[in-house]
Amino acid sequence: MSFRNIAMGVAVAALVGTTALPAVAQDSVYVPLFTYRTGPFAGSGIHIADGMHDYLRMLNERDGGIGGVKLVIEECETGYDTKKGVECYESVKGKNPVMVNPWSTGITLPLIPRAAVDKIPILSMAYGLSASARGDIFPWVFNPPDTYWDGASIILKYIAQKEGGIEKLKGKKIGYIHLDASFGKEPIPLLEQLSKDLGFELKMYPVGAQDMQNQSSQWLSVRRDRPDYMVLYGWGALNSTAIKEAVRVGYPMDKFISIWWPGEDDARGAGEGAKGFKTLNWHATGTNFPALQDVIKHVVDKGLSKASKEKVGEVLYNRGIYNSMLIAEGIRNAQKLTGKKVVTGEDVRRGLETINLDPARLKELGLEGFTSPIALSCTDHNGHRAAFVQEWDGAKWVKVTDPIEPMTDRVKGQLDAAATDYAEKNTGWPKRTEPCDKQS
Amino acid sequence: MLYREAGQYKTTYAADMAIFPLREDRIGLALVIAFAYLLAFIGNGFLLQAVLIPFLVFSLAAMGLNILTGYAGLLSLGTGAFMGVGAYACYKLTSAFPNVNVIIWILASGFFSAAAGVLFGLPSLRIKGFYLAVATLAAQFFLQWCFIRVPWLVNYNASGALESPLRTLFGVPIMGATATPQTRYLVVLTLVIALTWIASNLVHGRIGRMWMAVRDMDIAAELIGIRLLRTKLLAFAVSSYYCGVAGALLVFLWYGGAEYDVFDINQSFIILFMVIIGGLGSLIGSFFGAALIFIMPIVLGIVVPAVLSPFGLRIGADVIEHLRFMLVGVLIIAFLIAEPHGLARLWQIAKQKLRVWPFPY
Repeated sequence: MSFRNIAMGVAVAALVGTTALPAVAQDSVYVPLFTYRTGPFAGSGIHIADGMHDYLRMLNERDGGIGGVKLVIEECETGYDTKKGVECYESVKGKNPVMVNPWSTGITLPLIPRAAVDKIPILSMAYGLSASARGDIFPWVFNPPDTYWDGASIILKYIAQKEGGIEKLKGKKIGYIHLDASFGKEPIPLLEQLSKDLGFELKMYPVGAQDMQNQSSQWLSVRRDRPDYMVLYGWGALNSTAIKEAVRVGYPMDKFISIWWPGEDDARGAGEGAKGFKTLNWHATGTNFPALQDVIKHVVDKGLSKASKEKVGEVLYNRGIYNSMLIAEGIRNAQKLTGKKVVTGEDVRRGLETINLDPARLKELGLEGFTSPIALSCTDHNGHRAAFVQEWDGAKWVKVTDPIEPMTDRVKGQLDAAATDYAEKNTGWPKRTEPCDKQS
Repeated sequence: MLYREAGQYKTTYAADMAIFPLREDRIGLALVIAFAYLLAFIGNGFLLQAVLIPFLVFSLAAMGLNILTGYAGLLSLGTGAFMGVGAYACYKLTSAFPNVNVIIWILASGFFSAAAGVLFGLPSLRIKGFYLAVATLAAQFFLQWCFIRVPWLVNYNASGALESPLRTLFGVPIMGATATPQTRYLVVLTLVIALTWIASNLVHGRIGRMWMAVRDMDIAAELIGIRLLRTKLLAFAVSSYYCGVAGALLVFLWYGGAEYDVFDINQSFIILFMVIIGGLGSLIGSFFGAALIFIMPIVLGIVVPAVLSPFGLRIGADVIEHLRFMLVGVLIIAFLIAEPHGLARLWQIAKQKLRVWPFPY
């Protein structure tokens, strides 16, 4: 390589380095979406990303945005990698985002302390730090409609229902197979506490992120221990592998219950044997809603979506829709509260805090019966809503229970302790100074 | 023309042994350092926080591994874990003694990973090459297991994550959410420059010569009176010290909170690639390698869409990500074919050419 080539290379690099990022137009609201369509979690991430993108895009196509203001939707690829997530955050920070959706508990954790400083709210929908449900301590973080602790307590309640009473849990053996990262570890303190209180035996089967696709040792232990029920907290390839392994070792599927993250693809991959596998959920599957029909009409049929038509309405796609519904509602409320059209992160924080999706409002949105109503407040950034259990019938999810309320009485103490503990450990954690708005 | 030694006479042995014998080199270095400090005031948050701070952190880690692999010839795959030891040690120290300045704890945390490095370096006396790589791989897995399984390390935090508390230097926050990218960058830059200066003195002096003698032929080194055990363990200790400090900087001044999986085997590989591409046995090569592996994908992520959008091609974030992967892979292969001894060697050739420019012979 000659010196001239090197010099040319350096010159080109210097030129390239100075290319500025394109600026965002003035009369628009910038909504960055942190997504992952690559890497080991892409199997779950793609559907979520499509759902989130398509709903917001539909609002742009159908209504010209929200309140007459176009949404600038930009995806940033994180690969579920904390490093890239932080890079994404830094790259969107300068463009006045109204909120961030990290879609990874690992990315959420380093962003939580920054949210208040950068004035960018975090919407970590049913993931992230459970304790951030306390709005008085975490004014900038939102994690509706349930925390992982609520989820764990709902699963236990469902098991108790099946057994015929909460006292019947005594002496039962419950296995907990989870991703060995902050996400899967979150519910452990609660499960341990409940196992003491209710008298069941808790068996843990952690799966490291590096051996998600090789769980034979964990399932060998499951076969040895013979737990009465298995609880799954997984994501990405962990879910599909766990279901396959459970089928392979012949674990009874109707006693295998997961938190809300497995999708159709995860269950389908395990074949016939996966029939009877259960997960929690809090919104409908399918496309039988006006808003979803609009998504198909305005986005998917026009070729503006990356999703193929048969994926629309699958559980993770609809999860993305739910997430975007909250985004849109937050922005709309912020516009109503401030009277401004182009809202900022500070406004949208207030907007999210006043979310009140009652049945009438859901009907207005074209999502009647899509999900149970939810209202957030200044102190409650979560809602702690009820979730139902759905069962895989070999082709689709079928709702098998009514919504089950979380054991709020048992969860609340733990949650408050964790929240105050977080604020104490992080010396200099700011006291809430943000004023409280009335429900809109 | 501008860059040559004509007229610069060396009148003392010290001048002859200087690391930068040319005045132009010294001026250039001073300019680079001055510019690096200037960047703190003219760079925006993204440049400082997402590009330069990680670049410096990775450079420091690569320098640490370079001491071990490039200078002492001992292959290690445990870099990520040693960085982790530094980070967890710093977290424990600063949460146990919050009133002591955190800079002291960042520097002290390196000693913990140095101790871990020495422990896992013990087999290096008996095994070499690939076998040693496997032994250090054990360190990687064992230490990572500890990070997950020992809740004491994260002060029994329910989420198992490291959080960065607020810490100040001269009353200005340097750690925690309120620390600005500017102050973080200045702290990282100063620490990296100081540690680079120390490393440079180490590798150019008696200790560095001992390492290189061991690297080139350890039996010969033993015959001329170098004690292998001490030399190799010292290399492990110094290398792990640098990695440990880099790990502490990574968590507290870059991420501001992290999970154990930051220190997984991929981290070790990335640092190893930085060292190989940058140039084994070269401190400046560590910086080049970190720049190529870390900054190039970011630049590509900005440039590829910017180049394509005038042609009406709008591509998604995922396609860019795939393109990044492919382009980085191609460039790495291209660089290694063009110069198997790494970017540091290219830099040397460039300097040599510059010396005779514009009249090459």
